[in-house]
Order: sequence, then C-alpha cells, then structure tokens
Amino acid sequence: MSSKNTTMKAENLTKIFGSGHTEVVAVRDVSLAVNRGEIVALLGPSGAGKSTLLALLGLIRPPNTGRITIDGTVVFENHQAKVNVRRFRRQKFGFVFQKANLIPFLTAAENVRLAMEIDDQPAKVSKKRANELLDYLGVLDRADNMQSQLSGGEQQRVAVARALANHPSLILADEPTAALDSVRGRQVMELFAKVAHEQNAGVVVVTHDHRALDIFDRTLEMEDGQLRKSYN
Amino acid sequence: MNLARRDIQHNIGRFILTTFGLGLLLMIVMGMGGIYRGLVQDATLLVDRLAADLWIVQKDTRGPFAEISRIPRNLEDRVLAVPGVLSSNAFVSHTMQRERNGKPLRITVQGLSWPQDKGNWLPIVAGRALGQAHYEMLADESLNLRLGEKIKFGKDIYTIVGLTRAMTSPSGDGMAFFTLDDAQAIQFDTSGESIRLERSARYARAQNIDLGKTQPQTIERTLGPSSQLPALGPPPISAVVVKVRPSYNPEQVRSLIAKWPDVTVYNMQQQKQLLLRGIVERSRRQLGLFRILLIIVSAIIMALILYTLTLDKLHDIAMLKLIGARNSVILGLIMQQALLLGILAYGVAYIIGHWLFPFFPRKVVLTSNDLWLLAAIVVGISIISSLLGIVRALTVEPNEVLA
Repeated sequence: MSSKNTTMKAENLTKIFGSGHTEVVAVRDVSLAVNRGEIVALLGPSGAGKSTLLALLGLIRPPNTGRITIDGTVVFENHQAKVNVRRFRRQKFGFVFQKANLIPFLTAAENVRLAMEIDDQPAKVSKKRANELLDYLGVLDRADNMQSQLSGGEQQRVAVARALANHPSLILADEPTAALDSVRGRQVMELFAKVAHEQNAGVVVVTHDHRALDIFDRTLEMEDGQLRKSYN
Repeated sequence: MNLARRDIQHNIGRFILTTFGLGLLLMIVMGMGGIYRGLVQDATLLVDRLAADLWIVQKDTRGPFAEISRIPRNLEDRVLAVPGVLSSNAFVSHTMQRERNGKPLRITVQGLSWPQDKGNWLPIVAGRALGQAHYEMLADESLNLRLGEKIKFGKDIYTIVGLTRAMTSPSGDGMAFFTLDDAQAIQFDTSGESIRLERSARYARAQNIDLGKTQPQTIERTLGPSSQLPALGPPPISAVVVKVRPSYNPEQVRSLIAKWPDVTVYNMQQQKQLLLRGIVERSRRQLGLFRILLIIVSAIIMALILYTLTLDKLHDIAMLKLIGARNSVILGLIMQQALLLGILAYGVAYIIGHWLFPFFPRKVVLTSNDLWLLAAIVVGISIISSLLGIVRALTVEPNEVLA
C-alpha cells in the first residue's frame, strides 16, 4: 500500500460525530495512501463521508481512531496530534475548495504571498514565487486584482496558486469545479493533473463530476463512510 | 504584508466613519477632564494672581469665596501696623447680572485698593491700568466689552480703560476691576426712593434712642449719606489680603494676627483648599463620574465595533487557520486594528477638541499629564476591547471553511 514515494498514509481512520442516539459514523475504518505526483479522485454520493475524510487527511479534524502519516512522520495517532498540526498544514498541504475562499481584502498576488509569509518567508521571495505561480497558472495579468474583480475560474486558479505556494507534499481539493461550467471545470482538473505531475505533489480531489475522470491516475469511491471501490 | 492595514484599506470608508465617531466620544471624555481643570484654574486664578501670603476674613468664616465675610474697612490699616506686613489691601468681590443687547451679562466686580493697587499686576492685553480714583474700569475679554466703551452701573458711568485676559471668577464669569470705592458703590447702589425711606426710618429710630436724644447732631446726620454716620461707618469689605516682607516668616505673621478675636487668617494654600473643597469638589466628582462612564461607554462601543469587525472576518480567519496561520497572525490582525482605531480616534479627539474647546462656555484646560493619561487609557481600552473579538476569532475552527 505504501512506498518510498508515498506522501500520505492513512490507516484505519474512523470519525464519529455525536454520541448515543445522535451518533453518526461519518468515516469508518478507511485506509489509503497517496503518492507524490499522483492525482486521485474521491467519488461518492452526498453524505458518503468524502468531505469528512478530506478534513481528516488535511488535519482539519482529528480522527477518533486510526493513524495518519505524512512524509514518514506520524501526525495523528487516534485523536492525539503528535506534531504541531497547524505548522504541518502550513508546510505540507495545499487546499482548494468549491469556493476559492480568497481573502477579500488582499489582491490575487497577496493571497498567494500570504501562504508563504505566514511561514516566515521573506517578502522578496514570496513576491517572486507568487508571480511565478500566477504566471504558471495563467493569471499573472490579474495579480493586482481583488477577489471581486476576478471571474470564478480565475479565482480558482489563484486558489490553486496559493495551495502550491509552499511546495506542498499534498494538495486536497473539495469539489473545486462545482461552481464552474464544464469547460472551465475540466480546465481546472487538468491543472491539478499538471500540478501533480510537474510539481511532484500528491493531489486528492473530491468530485461529483464524472466527465473528467480520465484525467485522474486513480479513482476511489466512498459510500456510507467506507471506501468501496478503487480503480485505475 | 500587514493584514490589519490591508483590511482597513479595503473598508476605508467604514473605518474612517468609525474612527470619527469614536473620536468625537473621546473628545467629550477629553473635554470633561479639561472642564475640570478649567474649574480648578478658574477657582484659584485670583488667589494665584494676587499671590497674597495671608487672607484675613471675618471670625470663624471661610470667606471671602466659600462664604460671605464682612470685616470693617479699617482692618486694612490695623494689619499694616503688624510687624512684618509689607502690604495690606482691602478685598471686595461680588457678582452682578445686567442686560446687554438683550442677553444676560454676568460680571464679577472686583475692588482694587486705590491708590496702592491700580491693577498693574493683571494681564492687561489692551489699554492700561486704572488711572483715576473713580469711573474707570478694567474688563476681561470674555465679557465682550470694547476698550473705551462707557457703561452705566448704578448711578455712575464707567469707562473701560483696559482689557484683561483669562480673568474669570470661580463660577466662570468674566471679572471687571474697579477702585474699591467704585466697587462698593456698585454693590450697595440703591434707588433714590429706597434711600429716602431708609433715611426717614433711621431718623425715627434715632429719635427714640439715647444717642439721638442726647446728641441732636446725630439726628441731623441720619438724614444725610450713611457713610457720614459715625455709628454706621463705611460699608464693610470682604477680606484683607496681606503680603509679608521677605525677611519675615508668613506663619509668624499669621499667628500674630490670628490672635485677634474678630478675624480668622488663612495662608494662600489654605485659601486655595477652601476654594477647591467648597466650590470645585462636587463638580469634580460629577465630572469624574461622567468621565468614567464615558470611558466605559467608549470601551463597550469599541468592543462592539471590533467584535463586529471580527465577525465579518470569521470566514477569512477560519481560512487563515486552515492554511496554517499562527494565532499570533490572527491576534495581530485584530489587535493592530484595535490600537489603530484607538490611536486615530484619540488624534481626532485631540484635533477637533483643540478647535472646538475654545468655543465652550466654560474654560477647558488640557494639561499634558491629562492627555498622556487619557492616551494610556485609550490604548488600554483598545486592548481590552479587542479581547472579545480575539476570543471569538480564536474559537473559530478551520473546518468552518468547509461549511
């Protein structure tokens, strides 16, 4: 299941919300690994537990049981964090969501720089890399625009640039194309594949969009909190 | 990249309005302190200006400011005979209200011991000191009277020969300075009919007492001016102010005069304390209470503003946490905005206050100590007010971005 190239390994993850009569098992005994340079699709109906699994993998929520290892370091052992989770998210992860979630009072370039500057990178370095990333994603000409001045597709590209800012090992995307039309949606998915292959990052994308599955290296299907199928 | 600054720039209109509103509130807090200082300054102004070593007043009274004091005018001469006394001047002060251009004009009339005292010690900004024994006056600028203007008080017309600056009574009324005789003439002015009635009553009383029966000349005099009556004498004065020779200890002179059975003697410090405790104390407490309440109100308003500003940014704060921002980044965002809001509002209060306070009906005195203290309080309430927002921000979970 794992190799030298594995960036993230999740073992027997379970996440339960509530207790007693209100108890809901959102993720049940899920194990998976993601390699660097690999793009993985996570499919499933609403309520299957995809977003919860993504939150567990992204260290946003602690699991009740199970273990998460990132680049060889155990981060969660059951619900116990073994490292500074926020620092780990800052340095190892990139996140993209259905909405771009750009900080509205910053320009596109500043949103990308922010991810680096909160990791104490000098302004000179962050400016240079932000411009490189925006250029790479084809939105350099919108660098000085605010979120409100960007189209949905442009906002998502800036969000991807922000996710890439700190050379992450793993990029987690939760339905990143849901708010886009099919053409732009496919463009964004192709962008993730490009990022995975060129930047050597593992990419996990939660999606409902079956039209772009050919882009992914691997597809996982979830149902009732469990991984049911996995196919290449 | 400074997030606080960028957020403010993004919502600059709202920030300016908030700062301006808060600034006006702080200006009132600043003004309250200034009014209190003005009260103290007004109350002690004359005592400070006169710089008398001793104040001699009626026995067992706390005059002449805190309560009425009446002492005979010749006390001035008695005091002058005491060893160590350099000068002794009669002190007369009373407030009158007249109509001028349809508006009330309140004047505190101050008598100067002519010819020793011509008012040269006053801060005269136009004209000159008194130059003759009668019918001249010095008026404070705050009375809005013109140099050379002639005004009728009682039966006489007085010419304004000089204007003083910042000479106001403890109650905030502008002062006017006359010779002692003129000040008393104004104070005891009565109508002709009243004088006639008083003389006939006096005549009737004198006919029925031994003095009148044995000294017919006295009965004749009752029909003349009261000042010519030996039994009545000139009208009393309020106090005698004394300066002690430099080679003498004022306390020694004070203890000598204090032995006289008809007077009470205060030194300058005691007189100031009487003024402050009697006249300013209640106002001080009231202004202090208002000030505290306004500071609390300002803190609550600031807390609500900062809390609302934080609520507006909760999603962004959750996003910052999700991408791994430290708590210090989030704390800095809120705290810096709070401090900037407080400091700029203080600046607005200072600038508008400096422009507006001179138009206030009471004197507003801003001392650097008070300004620094208020600045420290503003910084304090900025920090405390931001705590509510900070607590809310720190409880935001990064997974709220997913919601």
